[in-house]
Amino acid sequence: MIEVKNLTKSYGNKQAVNDISFTVNQGEILGFLGPNGAGKSTTMNILTGYISSTSGTAKIDGHDILDEPQEAKKHIGYLPEHPPLYLDMTVQEYLEFVYQLKKARQPMKAHIDDICRRVKITNVQKRIIKNLSKGYRQRVGLAQALIGNPEVLILDEPTVGLDPKQIIEIRNLIKTLGERHTIILSSHILPEVQAVCDRVIVINKGKIVADDTAENLSRSLTDDFRYIARIEGPEEEVEKLLNGISGLKEVQPLGQKEPGVYEFSLEADPGSDIRRDLFKRLTERNYPLLGLKTTELTLEDIFLQLTQDSSSDKSKDGGNQ
Amino acid sequence: MLAILKREMSNYFTSPIGYIFLAVFYFFSGMFFTSVLAANTTDITYVFSSLFTVLVFIIPLLTMRSMSEEKKQKTDQLLLTAPISLGSLVLGKFLAAFLMYCIAVSVTVVYALILAAFATPEWMVVIGNILGALLLGAALIAIGVFISSLTENQLIAAVGSFAVMMFILMIDGFASLISNTFIASIVSTLSFMTRYNNFVTGILNISDLLFFLSFAVVFIYLTVRVLEKRRWG
Ligand SMILES: Nc1ncnc2c1ncn2[C@@H]1O[C@H](COP(=O)(O)OP(=O)(O)OP(=O)(O)O)[C@@H](O)[C@H]1O
Ligand SMILES: [Mg+2]
Repeated sequence: MIEVKNLTKSYGNKQAVNDISFTVNQGEILGFLGPNGAGKSTTMNILTGYISSTSGTAKIDGHDILDEPQEAKKHIGYLPEHPPLYLDMTVQEYLEFVYQLKKARQPMKAHIDDICRRVKITNVQKRIIKNLSKGYRQRVGLAQALIGNPEVLILDEPTVGLDPKQIIEIRNLIKTLGERHTIILSSHILPEVQAVCDRVIVINKGKIVADDTAENLSRSLTDDFRYIARIEGPEEEVEKLLNGISGLKEVQPLGQKEPGVYEFSLEADPGSDIRRDLFKRLTERNYPLLGLKTTELTLEDIFLQLTQDSSSDKSKDGGNQ
Repeated sequence: MLAILKREMSNYFTSPIGYIFLAVFYFFSGMFFTSVLAANTTDITYVFSSLFTVLVFIIPLLTMRSMSEEKKQKTDQLLLTAPISLGSLVLGKFLAAFLMYCIAVSVTVVYALILAAFATPEWMVVIGNILGALLLGAALIAIGVFISSLTENQLIAAVGSFAVMMFILMIDGFASLISNTFIASIVSTLSFMTRYNNFVTGILNISDLLFFLSFAVVFIYLTVRVLEKRRWG
């Protein structure tokens, strides 16, 4: 459905996108994961024909975005990073304008009402966009992309600016849309792409560093488990005991957190699950395990893992994203 | 194109700009017309001969936002990724401004009818005048739209357009200052004023008509090129 070959975009001598190639099959939800400045928006802007690539090609449903721009654009709904809203219009007027602009064929009123219902903006349909909150503006932007029911949806950070409840709603909506549309969405939150996408492309400094199914990617990324364990008992004794567990590569005391309760950062060997062993040993010695949590990988950790040899040092703090 | 035209029109009337434009136009043309009446003639040409100067001030109002504001609000991202050609996008913008301008100029028809109540005016001259005004407006609007596409700042667009149109208005003055007759003749060939005055005095030349039309077409085309070029930036 989407075919990208050797796409490069340079600004002066800076390469915003550097020789990117990938394809997206019909009905797939592809996640674009990358930190700020990775080139996600640039790639999307090229795919949608907003800017031109320096070299390389992008095809949407077989239509080259440069050679047959109108034909290609007909198949795309685009939510840019900054939703392109006319602040002085009401939501309804705006969506009617987009409808006419895209020369959509569906019966207008029913189509717009249906979209508003799906992105949950029916209650603000008559309001002026200027007066809407950021979350609602984001939804209007999403509604705009859905007009005309395009096969391909390109969504640049669709959940930015939403509250946690809305984020979940929009993610679910995107998943439902994925049943009928081919979707590319960008994000810099790993759990988000894991939750929504079938496939993930990790991009950093304009280059693809990984292209895999969400499952494979998270498996390979969580290969070496890292935990924070909170244990009651004398610190040194507990540390000694932890060091005796096979499969535990590294134990790092994090200090006393409650009276007599200590935290340890544990790093297990790739592929070994230490949790049961850990529990058994601690109960044998009667050191209650008060808490065990996995530390989430930050994007930084991911890039380190993906770009470096897995054996090299990556003892970076795995704080929460 | 129709969608853009519609949106632009409603934009003129939801913001003060459209009203200010029409008010200023009606005020000055009305003033000129009053002096025609006071002079007790049926010669409407005075209204039109003075019109050029007014246009230099108010056409920038009409065109300053057309492209610059889209870029600034990032709504150009919607327009440029929609399945429409750049040509129809620019044409929609141009036609909206031109339609506003037609609404303004149409008041002169009323003036002519008022004169007709007193005595029969020379209808050919009246038609020539109106046609001239429309053509001059089309050329100036195309220039304004073009300048608006060069910046994100509507104020810069307005001031820039004003400066350029002022220059066009005064180009004859410059021509007379140039001693080199060859250059002077080129400058005066490009004179909007001379050509416009032909219409005002009732001389209908196909070459004058083509002159203004080609100016409009060239600047609409240049605007398309600017948008195209920006994508490659
Ligand atoms: N018009 C431009 N001129 C010069 N450099 C640009 C331009 N647009 C983007 N860049 C550069 O290209 C790189 C990629 O930018 P891009 O916006 O694609 O990143 P991104 O992955 O979308 O980041 P974010 O997560 O912050 O949205 C950045 O380093 C940026 O500075
Ligand atoms: Mg971005």
